[in-house]
Order: sequence, then structure tokens, then C-alpha cells
Amino acid sequence: MRPWKFFLLALAVGAIVFALALAARSDYLFFAGFVVLQFIVLATAWNILGGYCGYVNFGSAAFFAIGVYTAVALHKIGANSGRYLSGTVAEFLQPLFPLSIAALVVLSGAVAGVIGFGMGYLTLRLRGVFFAIATLAMAVVLQTLVINWDFVGGSRGAYVIRPDSMTIGGFKLDYIQYLFAIMLVLAVVALSVSRLIERSRLGYGFATIRDDEMAAEAAGVPTLRLKLIATTISGAFMGMAGAPYPYYIGYVEPAGTFGLQYAVNSIAMPMIGGTTSWMGPLIGAVMLGSLQQIATVTISSAVNLLIVGVLLVVFVIIAPKGIVGLVQDWLRARARP
Amino acid sequence: MTAMDPGMESGPLLQVKGLSKRFGGFIALDGVDLDVQPGERLGLIGPNGSGKSTLVNCVCGTLHNETGTVHFAGHAMNGLPAHRRTHIGLARSFQLPRPFMSLSLADNVRVPLLYTVRRRSGLTRSGADLDQRCLELLAQVSLDAKAKRLPSDLTQVEMRKLELARAMAAEPKLLIADEAMAGLSHSEIEDIIALLLRLNQQGITIIMIEHIMRAVMSFSQRIAVLVSGRKIADGKPEDIVNNPEVVSAYLGQ
Amino acid sequence: MGIPLDLLINAIVAGLLLGGFYAAVTVGISISFGMLDVVNIAHPAFIILGSYIAYILNSTTGVDPILIAIVVLPAFYLLGAAIYQVYYLSFERRGQEALRGLAFFFGLLFITEVSLILVFGVDYRYVEAVYIGPTWRLGFVDFPLRMLVPCTVSLLMVIGLQLFLTRTFIGRAIQAVAQDQLALQLLAANPIRIKRIAFGISIATAALAGAFLIIIQPVEPSVGREYIGRVFAICVLGGMGSLPGTVIAAMLLGVVESFTATFYGPSWAPAVSFGFLLLTLAVRPAGILGR
Repeated sequence: MRPWKFFLLALAVGAIVFALALAARSDYLFFAGFVVLQFIVLATAWNILGGYCGYVNFGSAAFFAIGVYTAVALHKIGANSGRYLSGTVAEFLQPLFPLSIAALVVLSGAVAGVIGFGMGYLTLRLRGVFFAIATLAMAVVLQTLVINWDFVGGSRGAYVIRPDSMTIGGFKLDYIQYLFAIMLVLAVVALSVSRLIERSRLGYGFATIRDDEMAAEAAGVPTLRLKLIATTISGAFMGMAGAPYPYYIGYVEPAGTFGLQYAVNSIAMPMIGGTTSWMGPLIGAVMLGSLQQIATVTISSAVNLLIVGVLLVVFVIIAPKGIVGLVQDWLRARARP
Repeated sequence: MTAMDPGMESGPLLQVKGLSKRFGGFIALDGVDLDVQPGERLGLIGPNGSGKSTLVNCVCGTLHNETGTVHFAGHAMNGLPAHRRTHIGLARSFQLPRPFMSLSLADNVRVPLLYTVRRRSGLTRSGADLDQRCLELLAQVSLDAKAKRLPSDLTQVEMRKLELARAMAAEPKLLIADEAMAGLSHSEIEDIIALLLRLNQQGITIIMIEHIMRAVMSFSQRIAVLVSGRKIADGKPEDIVNNPEVVSAYLGQ
Repeated sequence: MGIPLDLLINAIVAGLLLGGFYAAVTVGISISFGMLDVVNIAHPAFIILGSYIAYILNSTTGVDPILIAIVVLPAFYLLGAAIYQVYYLSFERRGQEALRGLAFFFGLLFITEVSLILVFGVDYRYVEAVYIGPTWRLGFVDFPLRMLVPCTVSLLMVIGLQLFLTRTFIGRAIQAVAQDQLALQLLAANPIRIKRIAFGISIATAALAGAFLIIIQPVEPSVGREYIGRVFAICVLGGMGSLPGTVIAAMLLGVVESFTATFYGPSWAPAVSFGFLLLTLAVRPAGILGR
């Protein structure tokens, strides 16, 4: 199926999902659904670098937080542009504020992408192991920076007031429904891009990096350049996933934003779903995400995360190719008598 | 010598001067000089651990040499990453096969087509064209029947052939075959020699690194001998075989 | 320069004492990552586990935490051996080993941290011992005993390990297995068993390092993550598998962090180790081919 056809089909599916959710008249569905969609984007983004290229990023929370705090910072500037920007600049930019969520998403993505590129440039020449460790370290450093940065609230946190509703083309939506729709579109875009990469020349290049970097270089694959591309795209999408978050949650503080759930879920969802295909992160995110949303109501969130961690370890040992891999193996075994 | 010199066609295709490489305290290569003329068939032999693969790795950019220079097709190679050297026309097979395990055989040979050949020619071939070319390449090493299989389904011998096919796919000017025939049967060795001769007739310069003396002797126009990181002999096969230093190096081990 | 001499000297001394402690924290990684090439990023979690065990036993029995750690050592050794066995059986094949191995250890890190949160909550815990509190003064130089004692025991531990590695057969086998597995097999030693022993030892050091940690500072479950950057930075700068190198690198990082804390404030300490890590990776790159 050609990429643009897939994109349109996915959008159509998304539209149906949205319509069904509206019909169900349940706010909870939108709140929970937003989180699941967010994880679809994070898991897909992680997989582009981790699954396709084999370079593990432990600092997903950091890129997500870059998106969150870029949005917070821009929101604050927009709300008080006179205070933070010089007179002429403020006047010039005033009509643009408050920035629409769509604009925030793009800008957050750009910032996160640039930082991803920079970090990649510093660490990707080295073995994948050192890159992974560097991402862990980076998450800690970024958290330290944010805690010390009062403009975005520091450790006290920042409040972001969410409007009640939003009107698009004549339709009035509750704000949470609007956020859900934005996340839906973002998820569709992420999945389409991921699928496009997978089946393209770039996808072959990524796979060779994952399988054997030395042989890839010998075959003519410019491994550093491709790794940088992967890091940038992956980081950008994670940042984009973070942009709507302040409006969703209303109150942003470092402990929650850099929390464990992002780090482990970004890795567990693709690895359990399957890392070699765009479908894996989708399956993993939908399954694990929904499970966690349901479970949070009944069990404590810590036990929740513990289960995810255990599942990750179990799958990594027993079913390394994830659910998608299991299905593929089963199909291949059936095909060959 | 400038980076791109049109007059280089008349000189050696590959020029290695004073190449040295150490691993900690261990000197793997010690001032190796080697020239390879365009269209030549060179055999490179030497006891285990003499530095043959290290030499290949330095020439191809997988390892960085401490001193010495490498010039290929008029370009200075020092500092160029391995993939750039492949683009310029250098290709090699690995002594221990390194296939892309998650890709089918056809996809394994497709990678050099996508990243080296396409970059060089600037043309994009259609999917069907590429598929065709992949099958052709695999057919040359009798692996076309297994085109859709994964490397994990292959025997060691078949993996060596895949290595060769992948190197050929890059349409090189110089192909370095690093022990491509280890473990092959008599007739399989004949097949590989015939394949390499065919490639040579098409204009590809070939360096054959081998332990199987019969193959090296029948294939090479010239033989270079490495012992303990130094080149101790370089000349016609019949001269090499009678060279007392070479004989003692092999017998003495 | 307007920096008072006593402030400077104290900062250096504090850094050296801290470095001695960092050596204990890192020596486990020097073995598992430096020698065995196993990327055990869960190592800090085992250290925290050691801290909590020291905490429970210390608060119920009042026994000195370092003694507790020594008693608990064999259990940690067995834990390490068991984990290595699982790791070896599951990820022995090359290629995917890197990604899956990392995910495996990350999972362990995560599970340990979350389990500790479930059992103990996120409050800071600390231990009580005779030497926590008093400071030994030598002129204008302070030697807080809660830093001096762990530092001393740590260095003793490292010296003991170095002697083990260089003087005993198993120790030399461990050093050999890092270089050449085949040669080891020819010596009729089972490389897998050797690696298992080594990994067990590396986790055993975590028990002691954990006791040191909770003596030096109050501990809560997420403290472990701060140490990941430090530990790998020290290991790489120290030359991977070299224990003496580890000590020197640990001292260096300790002094740099101490200076940063004294002159810029303690909240920037994690950033120092990150900068350190990037610097060491830039100066001593492992490269695509490994070390």
C-alpha cells in the first residue's frame, strides 16, 4: 500500500475512533484515550532508533520533557509577552499568541529534534552501549536543569490553565476532546512516518546498522549519518508527544514529567509488541497502555509499573521478537510444511 | 599527489606505503608497502596472525592505521570512513562472514545496490529491476534458490558465498576476497576461482587472501607474502614458491 | 585568586574521600563491564538494595552497617551468579545480545527500584553508627568519620580484590577470560563458570558499596539512577578493567564534584558526572570496534 494511502486510511480509522468516543459521551474515555495515544507516539518514536537501528534510548522521558517544558515556556511567554520580551518584539509577536497546540507541537518537535541531533553527534560515533548510557545520564542532567530553572516553575511546578472548550470549523469540542483529536492526528502521523521509513531505502540502512554496523559500512551504508537521522526523528516525535501534556494535566512538575512510567513504557511497549515493525509499538502501546489505565483505578500505580517491568524482562528473555515476531514465526512455520 | 588526479589511470590502482598498526603493545603491521596494478590478480598469503586481515581492515577503513598512507584510484584514503571507500570502488568480503541476519539473502545483496551503486550512478532503479539484479548476483554464487531465506538457514560455506556476493554487489574496482574459500569442497573452490576469473576479465582488480595454496598459485599473477606484520616477498608465483624465506616461514610454523 | 587555602584543601580532601567511596561503587562495574563486557546498568540498583538491607538490619539490631554488609556478601554473590546464568542462557547469541541484554538489565534496574518504593516508600532512610557524626580534625582539615571510614574500608576492599585478581588462579583466569576465552578453554577451565564467579563477585561488591552509601548519605530508591553516569564514566576513564585505574579515576571525579559542590552548589553534581562521561568518551573513544 502506498504511503499516502496508508496515511489517509489511518486518518479515517482515527476519525471513526473519535466519532465513537464522542458518541459514548464519556469524559473518562477521552482522558484515558489521550494517554494511550501518547504512548503510541512515544513507543513508535523510540522504536525508530531502538528497534530499527538497535540503539537503545533510556532517556525517553528527557525528550518528552523537552516537549513539555518548551510548551510551558512558550505558554508563559505568550501569556505575558510584554513582561518577557522587549517592546517591539512583543508587539510583533503578540498577534501570534496564544500559540495553538498545533504550533506548540511543531515547535516542541523542532527543539527536541535539534537536541536529539546534538546528543547524537556527541555520542553516536561510539558503541551502542555508550550511547545508551549517555541517554540515561542526559535524562538525569536535564531533570537537574529543569529543577533549577525557575521560569518554568522549578521543583515547585507550573500551572497551565486549560480552556473549557475549543471551536473548530463550527464544531464546539470540550478541550479534552480537542487534545484527544490532536494526539490522534499525531499518532497517525508517527505511525505513517514509521511505516514509510521501514519500507524505504532508509529502513534497509537502519536494519543493517542494527544487524552489523561494520558490515553495513563495508557495504557503503553511511552509518553515522543514518543514526543521526534516526535520533533526530525519534527525539522530535517524543518532543511532539510532550507538547499537549501541560494542557492535559494542568500542573507540570519535574518528578512527574521525568517519571519512571515514561522511561519504562517507551522501551517495554515496543519490545513487547515487536521491534522490527511499525505495528509492534502500536500493539504494545494499545495493550499495555489500556491495561495500565484500567489497572490504575484498581491497583496502585507503583504495582502497575512493577508489572510492566516484569513483563519487559519476561518478554526480553522468552519472546525477544515481541508479539509481532511470534505471529510472524507462527505464520512462517505454517507456510513451510 | 592531489586527491583527484585524472592521470592516475596509468599508475597503481591501490598504493599502500609504510602502513603500520599496533594494538596496545602488539605490532600487527610494520611498515607494509604494497602496490596493486589495475586489472591485476594479486594473491596475499602468510601464516596465521601475520596481519593479512589487519591489512585489509586498514585499507578498507574498518581500522585506522597509525602511520603510512593508502591511495586508491587517485584518492587519498586516510581519514575517509569505510563507507566512502566502498563508494569509491573498494569492496571486501569478511574472513568470518558477517551477514545481515534479519534480512533475507536477496535483501543482503540489495543493500550495496541501494547504498553504493545507486549513489555512484545517481540513478534509481525500480523495485523489479533491483529484485532482478539481486537474483543475478545470488545466481553467480549458486544461492538464487534461497533468495528469500534468512542467513540463519545457511551453512557456513553458503555464508561465505553470500559474503562474496555482497561484495560483488557493490560493483567494485577492487575486490578483496578474504579467505572466501575456507571449508569449501574441491569443486566449490573451482567454482569460486572461475567466478573470480570472470570478474577479473570484466576489469575488476582482485586481491585473494587464502591459505589454500593450490588456489592462490593457479589464480594469482603476483603473490605478496606477509609474515609477522612485514612483507617479506613480492613477485611471481614460481619465484615465491622457491623463496627460501617464504618456505621457512611456512615450515617453521 | 581569592580562594582561601583551608577551603581549597578541605574541598580536595572531601573529594578524595568521596572518590574512595566512588571506587567501591564502580569496582563492580569494572569487573562486569570492564572485564566481562556485560553491560550491567542495574548495578546501582543492587547497591541501593544493599543500602536498604543495611538499613533494615541496622534499625532492628543496631549492628554496624559495614558488618551487616560483610555478612550479607555471600547472598549477593549468589544473586549475581544466578543473574549471570540467566543472562548467559538468554542472550548468548551475538547480535541481538546488545539490545536485549541492555533491556534485560534496565528491566532489573526498574523492577528493583519500584519494588523498593512499594516496600519502603519514597522517604529517605539512614543508618546509625558510632562514626556517623564525629569529625576528625587535623589542623584546619576536616575528616568526617562518616566519609573516612567507608573510604578506608573501600580502598581495603579494592586492594583485596586486586590481590585476588593477580595472585590467585581464579583471579587470573578472570583477567584472562576478558582477553581470550579460547586460551582459557585450553587451560581446561570453563570460561562460563569463571565469568559467573566474576559476576557474582561484582554484585557482592554492591552489598558493601550499599552500606557505604547509606553511611555517607540518606538513601531513597531513585538515588541509584544518579550513579549510573558516574559509574560508567569512572570505569571508562579508569581504563575499563583496571582496578588501580578505577581508583584514580574515582578520586579524580570525587575531587571535581567536590569542587563543584563547594563553589557552585550541590544541585549541579549530577551534571558534573555527565560532563565527565562525555569528556572521557571523547578522549578515549571505544569506537565502533570496541576497545
